Amino acid sequence: MSKLTPVLSAHWDEKDSFTIEAYTRNGGYKASAKALAMDPDAVIQLVKDSGLRGRGGAGFPTGMKWGFIPQGDNKEHYLVVNADESEPGTCKDTPLLMANPHVLIEGCIIACHAIRAKHAFVYIRGEVTHVVRRLNQAIEDAYKAGHLGKGIDLVLHVGAGAYICGEETALLDSLEGFRGQPRLRPPFPAIAGLYARPTVVNNVESIASVPAIIANGAEWYQKYGTEKSKGMTLYSLSGHVNNPGQFEAPLGITLREILELAGGVRTGHKLKFWTPGGSSTPLFTDAHLDIALDYEGVSAAGSMLGTKALQIFDETTCVVRAVLRWTEFYKHESCGKCTPCREGTWWLVQILRDLENGSGSEEDLAKLLDLCDNIMGRSFCALGDGATSPITSSIKYFRDEYIAHVTGKGCPFDPVASTIFSGAGAR
Amino acid sequence: MFSDQDLAVMDSIIKRYPRSRSAIMPLLHYVQSKAGYVTNEGIELIAKLLTLETAEVSAVATFYTQYKRKPVGEYHVGVCTNTLCAVMGGDAIFAGLKNHLGIENDGVTADGKVSLEHIECNAACDYAPVVMANWEFYDNQSVESAKDLVDSMRQGNPIPPTRGPKSLPTWKENSAVLAGINDGRANEGVQAGEPTLLGLKLAKEGK
Amino acid sequence: MTTTQSQTTEVVDMITVVIDGFEVSVPKGTLVIRAAEKLGIQIPRFCDHPLLDPVGACRQCLVDIEINGRAFPKPQASCTIPVEPGMIVKTQLTSDVAEKAQRGVMELLLVNHPLDCPVCDKGGECPLQNQAMSNGQAESRFEGKKRTFEKPINLSSQVLLDRERCVLCARCTRFSEQIASDPFITLNERGALQQVGIYEEQPFESYFSGNTVQICPVGALTGASYRFRARPFDLVSTPSACEHCASGCDMRTDVRRGKTLRRLGGDDPTINEEWNCDKGRWAFKYITAIDRLAQPMVRNSDGELVVASWPEAIAAAAAGLSGAKAAVLVGGRATYEDAYGYSKFARVALGTNDIDFRARVTSDEERDFLAAHIVGTSTTYKDIDKADHVLLVGFEPEEESPIVFLRLNKQVRKRKLKVTSIGTKLSIGVEKLGATFVKVAPGAESAAIASQSLTAQSLILVGERASESAGALSAVAALAAQSGAKIAWIPRRAGERGALEAGAIGNLLPGGRPVTDAAARVDLASAWSVASVPTNVGRSTKEIVSAINSGELSALVVGGVDPLDLDNSTETLSALKKAFVVSLEIAPSAVTERADVVLPVAAVTEKSGSFLNWTGSARAFDAAVADSLNRSDVRILSMIADELGKTISLGTVSAAAREIASLGPWDGARAAFTATPAGSAATLAADEALITSWRRLLDLGTLQKGEDNLAGTARQTVAVISPKRASAIGVTTGDQVSISNSLGSVVLPVLVEDIHDDAVWAPRNSRGSELLAKLGSAHGVVVKVVKA
Repeated sequence: MSKLTPVLSAHWDEKDSFTIEAYTRNGGYKASAKALAMDPDAVIQLVKDSGLRGRGGAGFPTGMKWGFIPQGDNKEHYLVVNADESEPGTCKDTPLLMANPHVLIEGCIIACHAIRAKHAFVYIRGEVTHVVRRLNQAIEDAYKAGHLGKGIDLVLHVGAGAYICGEETALLDSLEGFRGQPRLRPPFPAIAGLYARPTVVNNVESIASVPAIIANGAEWYQKYGTEKSKGMTLYSLSGHVNNPGQFEAPLGITLREILELAGGVRTGHKLKFWTPGGSSTPLFTDAHLDIALDYEGVSAAGSMLGTKALQIFDETTCVVRAVLRWTEFYKHESCGKCTPCREGTWWLVQILRDLENGSGSEEDLAKLLDLCDNIMGRSFCALGDGATSPITSSIKYFRDEYIAHVTGKGCPFDPVASTIFSGAGAR
Repeated sequence: MFSDQDLAVMDSIIKRYPRSRSAIMPLLHYVQSKAGYVTNEGIELIAKLLTLETAEVSAVATFYTQYKRKPVGEYHVGVCTNTLCAVMGGDAIFAGLKNHLGIENDGVTADGKVSLEHIECNAACDYAPVVMANWEFYDNQSVESAKDLVDSMRQGNPIPPTRGPKSLPTWKENSAVLAGINDGRANEGVQAGEPTLLGLKLAKEGK
Repeated sequence: MTTTQSQTTEVVDMITVVIDGFEVSVPKGTLVIRAAEKLGIQIPRFCDHPLLDPVGACRQCLVDIEINGRAFPKPQASCTIPVEPGMIVKTQLTSDVAEKAQRGVMELLLVNHPLDCPVCDKGGECPLQNQAMSNGQAESRFEGKKRTFEKPINLSSQVLLDRERCVLCARCTRFSEQIASDPFITLNERGALQQVGIYEEQPFESYFSGNTVQICPVGALTGASYRFRARPFDLVSTPSACEHCASGCDMRTDVRRGKTLRRLGGDDPTINEEWNCDKGRWAFKYITAIDRLAQPMVRNSDGELVVASWPEAIAAAAAGLSGAKAAVLVGGRATYEDAYGYSKFARVALGTNDIDFRARVTSDEERDFLAAHIVGTSTTYKDIDKADHVLLVGFEPEEESPIVFLRLNKQVRKRKLKVTSIGTKLSIGVEKLGATFVKVAPGAESAAIASQSLTAQSLILVGERASESAGALSAVAALAAQSGAKIAWIPRRAGERGALEAGAIGNLLPGGRPVTDAAARVDLASAWSVASVPTNVGRSTKEIVSAINSGELSALVVGGVDPLDLDNSTETLSALKKAFVVSLEIAPSAVTERADVVLPVAAVTEKSGSFLNWTGSARAFDAAVADSLNRSDVRILSMIADELGKTISLGTVSAAAREIASLGPWDGARAAFTATPAGSAATLAADEALITSWRRLLDLGTLQKGEDNLAGTARQTVAVISPKRASAIGVTTGDQVSISNSLGSVVLPVLVEDIHDDAVWAPRNSRGSELLAKLGSAHGVVVKVVKA
């Protein structure tokens, strides 16, 4: 039997999978009909019972989040879907929405019913035009079919290039028409979110997982996954592997198992380091191949499951260069609000550049680690924390490689060797 | 610059939201669809439509990298140079394109056809190295394929995206899509590329 | 029914927490950083400001916190966390983690900060410099490249920004948005490139922009007029009171070697909190910019003013006044003590009640209203805080009393205070308050006031311009009587309320004693040890001028009056020519030119005294320039009185203050008030309109002279007409229109906006629109409006 369990991805191979016809043909919009006939609290309970946890990175139980919305408060409630997929390595929501936007819409309908919201927003990153097209068309078709517009409205809001807007309160500020900078908490979005009203912010995959849970029941979902990490999820494998792609499997699968399915690391090469859930999750090495990729397993090994973005790097990759590039990303995406992240990433980049080009010193490593200590847990939001992850974890596992840059006064790696067209010769 | 019809569209964008200020981002995309970039006229118009101060609009416009305060090319090319793409060839592609086009990061070719930017992770890592043009996907690129792409743009007949519409829309046309305007092309192109379908295929094969 | 309620004091829940081992009890809601202050524990901070919403951006104030034994996993920003029962806080003094976190943040703040302290205006009073010394490390580990920006850029003609020095605490942008509602400066760009800025076509022209300079914790924002002028440690600071308006700001005046170099907002939580307006902050150069009078002058037999000794001049003044039928005109700029001096001088030395402090467009209705409803009463800023509804009548808070505007705005933002404004033209300030605007034709105010419905918790704020519309003040009195709402009168000038209380008006003696009340007169006469005080109600400014021109009066004592502030300036100028005039002034003026004796007096920074703000409370101040030879008006008046042999015994300002205090307020019956009917509506031809206007905060006012940087931020001079009138006369915004009457005309660019169809608005005293000088009128008078 396959280790893979395609549910979200079950019909992606149908050429018209993104249309309302295909979605309906495959049983779509039956779950929302079922949910709408249920008491909203029963829907919340069902989602709680399923054990579904947030797929955006933090893994917070989805049903519990919904349960935080105060009921009977005579205020508007809002559902906001976070489709601002921007964490380096993360590439699951984008293909999901391109292939099947309707499952998200149906999930929104169910979630709105559960939290007594009449209005949902999908905040999608702006750099994926065709996905915007597909989702926009799907929303139009769902209105025409009467799934939307009868008590529940859905607005697609397109971002404009800012990683920080994946942080839920920055997303809300951005959606309200401000600069996307994180808000002070409390108040939490469940109490004062969008327009200061009770708001649930969920990741695309979390909401898209709901229709199947409603259709098949909590027990069905509970059968998959591990003790505290229930259900199946999308693992995105990329990098130096023979066959990258999306793998929908129960939580708890290992990288070794996924790599086997993917035909292994690039032929002739071996695994050097990888991220379990995007660049903000501390790096793993080949010593971590058998860690259960669920919330607890990854965490126990010193990283985070995050977005399950498995970026694979083989031995041709210079870890200092990789980390520098990620750090440049955090510097570019720092919103500027708080000192540690804004100034810290600015400084980190300079030290790493020196180290990478061979003009750094061994003391720079201590300085880097101390700087990370001054940023981690000191910045306003998790972006600053995330910026330190690749640095501290890479120094932990590859200190010698950093030193080699210092002693050799330069990078010992050939960047061409790590390109996918290295064999054919880079032109 | 903005006709009565444009103003009617902008009004409909504002009406999407319970509070008008939320419309600032789609309106900025819309301004780019008309003017090519965020012009002062656009900022002043949005401020007027939303009863904001112009400073409040420019504060938002300058926060997001997709809003340009100077003209870009008809085809805006973004090369992903975040770690994974960079390592797998993105750096070589970006260097190759700079050299080929004779422009630097954020530069525009003299004919106004192509502009170049190095971009961050665009959520297509299983298709690395990735190049975006007007924010459409060009998957699994090489230095050579990227050069062919920009050449085709300069010849006025751009190679179509890998996963996207049948032909590459212009920067302005796609800015309108980002403003939430349906261009009727959602059904064009594939539903998914091979890597997206890999797990499903393996599962069906019982692997 | 509310008497008991209003007497109940608010019960405040107190919470006890432990900070660095010390217990402290503070009201619920208090932030940790401020609870620590109560213990004298200073946690370093930049973005935190007690009057701005917490933001937690700079991360400098990190401390370790545990609540009921549960510790936060990481240090918390003490500026964002309110105290909770069972909270134990460890600051940098007792926690190594907090200490390292703070040191780390400080190092990061300095990474991109230039080491230009020796040439930075903030050096010596810089929170970054100070806290880097107290909570940072001596040496930076940063060896990289600092972020550089183009050196200072102008945000306005008055405020400059040095982006390299900015620590992005966002105090300035938050002030502009949260306090002034002028979001003309914002954070722009992102990440390490984030910077404060304006939209390129819209300078930072906020009336409150100077506050951002004051609260900037580094030298990023500087005022053009103080840049590079002084080092903080060379300045001598004196607490002072603002002389520019009746808001009553606490101020600090900084002087170096006898020269005022800057003024800052002082901290009076009951009045201006920590803010002030740009006029109060920056308009002080008039003291030195204008051609100050240095010595007394006496007009000789050839009709020329020649320098005289003080004894000669005093003797000449006394000689001219002796036996003459004299009156007193004292402008609204006098201090309380000086106004008292003029008041007593009129009664005792000149034997008349012909005195008026109202050097502006006035009415007898106003005089009677002030006596019946304002003198001796107190309505305060706190009443704004508590009101259920505030009605503005003839009053533009942002232009005419900016701190009242800030307080209204605070309540509007905090609790959606309902504000209604009755006026002829919607103003920027009223719009910012989100007020209900009741649009009336000039002169039709009274009916609109009568139609308002208020409660006993409401507040009516009446401006001095209410006197310009017949029946308006009567309608206010009636509305207050019928609803129980409180009334406050908010004049524009700093000295008017004090002058009213000092009895510098024809119907009132000092302390609110009605002239017509025999008991009040006896009370005062005995206090002053004089046989009697005059019994008839004295003449108003206008009546005094007429009486001189008709020969009923023959002499005038004038202090601080500009004839061009009056609507009968031509008559006034001829009266000054005709009468024997003793002028007490700081600079040559239309009055001194025509005076017979000119006596130089001290400007506000050169003397002590006090101003009563609109609430009736006093702010006393000492001379900021300690060694000035100039004397306060009251001293000079006392000398003249002595020379006249009718001593008023006010040889010093403090003597006057003591006498005012011992005299006390009148506790007898108030003067009665008879309502004045509204005027009748004028019939207008198609090209005719009723003029209406107010003074802008920044305009051609005498006290703004010499400060071009400030003037550069003034609002544009325009004539405002309604869309209907615009199409009738064929103009659109930007075209020129002429406003004229038999006396003259002004030509201004037009702005088509929300204004009554019958009205045309122009600023009263801005460049190109000096309405009183050119048209002799400013409100409710028919003018011709045509395309120019």
